[in-house]
Amino acid sequence: MPTAIEFNNISKQYRLGLVSTRTLSHDLNRWWTINVLRKEDPYLKIGETNDRSHKGNSEYVWALKNIDFKVEQGDVVGIIGKNGAGKSTLLKLLSRVTGPTTGTIRARGRIGSLLEVGTGFHPEMTGRENIYVNGAILGMTKHEIDRKLDEIVDFSGCERYIDTPVKRYSSGMMVRLGFAVAAHLDPEILVVDEVLAVGDLEFQDKAIGKMQDVSRGEGRTVLFVSHNISAIKRLCKNGVILKNGMVDYIGTASDCVSRYVSDGFSDIEPHRVITSSDHIHNEEGSLNHNIEFLEVSLLNDNPSCLATDESISFDIKCRCNNRNSNQFQCNVIFTNTEGIRVALYTTDLIMVPDTKDEFVFNITILKPALPRGLYKVRFEAEIIDYSKGVYKFDHLKDVLSFEIRYIHKEKKDEYLLWDSSWGLRLHNNTEMITKVL
Amino acid sequence: MAEKEQEWTTVIKPKNKLFQVNLKEIWQYRDLLTLFVKRDIKVQYKQTILGPLWWLIQPAFTVIMYMVVFGGIAGIPTDGVPQPLFYLAGICMWQYFADCLNKTSNTFVSNAGVFGKVYFPRLISPLSNVISNFVRLGIQLFLFLLVYAYYLISGVSVSPNVYLLLFPILVVMLAGISLGFGILFSSMTTKYRDLQILLTFFVQLWMYATPVVYPLSQVKGKMMMGVDVYNVMCLNPLTAIVETFKYSALGAGEFIGWGWLAYSFCFMILLLLLGIVIFNRVQKSFMDTV
Repeated sequence: MPTAIEFNNISKQYRLGLVSTRTLSHDLNRWWTINVLRKEDPYLKIGETNDRSHKGNSEYVWALKNIDFKVEQGDVVGIIGKNGAGKSTLLKLLSRVTGPTTGTIRARGRIGSLLEVGTGFHPEMTGRENIYVNGAILGMTKHEIDRKLDEIVDFSGCERYIDTPVKRYSSGMMVRLGFAVAAHLDPEILVVDEVLAVGDLEFQDKAIGKMQDVSRGEGRTVLFVSHNISAIKRLCKNGVILKNGMVDYIGTASDCVSRYVSDGFSDIEPHRVITSSDHIHNEEGSLNHNIEFLEVSLLNDNPSCLATDESISFDIKCRCNNRNSNQFQCNVIFTNTEGIRVALYTTDLIMVPDTKDEFVFNITILKPALPRGLYKVRFEAEIIDYSKGVYKFDHLKDVLSFEIRYIHKEKKDEYLLWDSSWGLRLHNNTEMITKVL
Repeated sequence: MAEKEQEWTTVIKPKNKLFQVNLKEIWQYRDLLTLFVKRDIKVQYKQTILGPLWWLIQPAFTVIMYMVVFGGIAGIPTDGVPQPLFYLAGICMWQYFADCLNKTSNTFVSNAGVFGKVYFPRLISPLSNVISNFVRLGIQLFLFLLVYAYYLISGVSVSPNVYLLLFPILVVMLAGISLGFGILFSSMTTKYRDLQILLTFFVQLWMYATPVVYPLSQVKGKMMMGVDVYNVMCLNPLTAIVETFKYSALGAGEFIGWGWLAYSFCFMILLLLLGIVIFNRVQKSFMDTV
């Protein structure tokens, strides 16, 4: 396969802060050094890597630094990376919205870029008029749009509103119309930024399907940026991970995704010494901390790589602050990435040892039976008094986290077998089915 | 690897060549140009009742105002031409120029949203402004013709002459100069907005330096601080254009001479070249500074 796009040592520098007289003095200095002294740009030597979270010393930052890779014709490449890693900048350079500071990009064929859905839509104009303007902006000729108009309207599903000004559209309809135009663009190279994140599920499916058709059926090259890992997996053959403006990894899409995902979960926390900010304080003040959590830890060997059929074990260190409360129950709550409780496990009564105020106990959940995903764990110490209701000692926020990667630890399988102890009975048959496969 | 450079259809490099207008590319995007023009016209008076009639109301009221202020209060003569015709001729030409200049000088700032997301030859945008304003000019000239016809019928002496054939060239020159200044200003205002502020009142003042509300014959032979005002006025490239139009259509004053017309024409060509060179330099990375 011939090369469709070649990035050759691409870098992009940005200046931080406001445009002010200081910018003017830099501009004058740059002009003087380059044009009068005939030297290199003094500000190109400085500059720091693109790390969003750390305060730097330099006013200049490299949004992209020494990007060097090739894309074969007909390939679908997913570009992943955290916010500010330089993904969109890379696409902007490729779609010629802005120029690189150094380096060259070479490409074969028309480049159609879709950095935003509905670019150039004018609110006062009707859907139909906007299809024409938008299409022309994206590089289609009027004749092409004439030919595809019915298809576009049909794909967008906005036929009824097509002669209404788009300012009356819902935002979802606007997106549908915008994507419909872009989807009917026929460039040899298609550059797509995070645009599928909008629109309803039905439309997202339709959009991904259309992009698959474009790449598979028609052999066009696609560069696709998304945070939607499953969309990347579905669409792309190969992937590139960008990190702090540099290429971190190039490989197949699934390799990239798993590498990226494991990197992203570096915040997995198997151990935590409880500080005052970890406690939940409620207004009633009913958390009297008679029993207080001191330290919690997850005992599994590899907390970022658990299996569903693996038991999960915690060691919990508590202190008894008031001897009147000498027994309690411990709740272990798992929440998923959206913050929704997915499991709550409650222990029997735990007795505080007579001799020690600080003590450690272990909770092991034998079969959590949870699907794959990232989970956070919170803990509660309370006692249920059937005459007075729940008496709460201490509640912790999400303090630990772990990830379930596999359903079966050995088989690394995707299927969960029905646990025979859960019971399964066939109708009209008294015989108990003990195992189903 | 025997891949030759010419096999690549797109090569993106940090800097453009100094003078590189890709006319072929602009031609490829001609549909976009026409669509932009249509959009500009359609959108201007959407959701108004009078619609394009506003294009007639504006000059009509301006003429009345000028008649009161300049003709009545200040008593500036109009070379023997009926005042409405004289002012209307000036307003049509001037308004076209001022509108084009104000619009095109905003190209980068007002289109930042679109320019930041998709590539097309940036020159399309100011070009579409200049062309869509033609329509407005046309409608105002229609008003001019109505008034003209009225005076012809009522027997007032207005004497068009053969120089009227120059009219298309005059309009092209107006368009060229406004486009040139516009893209020059828009390129220079992406980073520092100072010029933008300057431009708004600069255009207002410029009108008084152009024979719009008074005839050029008024300054003939006048000296101010040892300088011939007439010649200084003619250095303004618009003077020759406006004056020639008035002379050819109304017979007002006298022909300004081929020399000054040629001067204006050369001015336009040089301005356009300079504008395009700077525009080209800026368009590549303006998104980072706008």
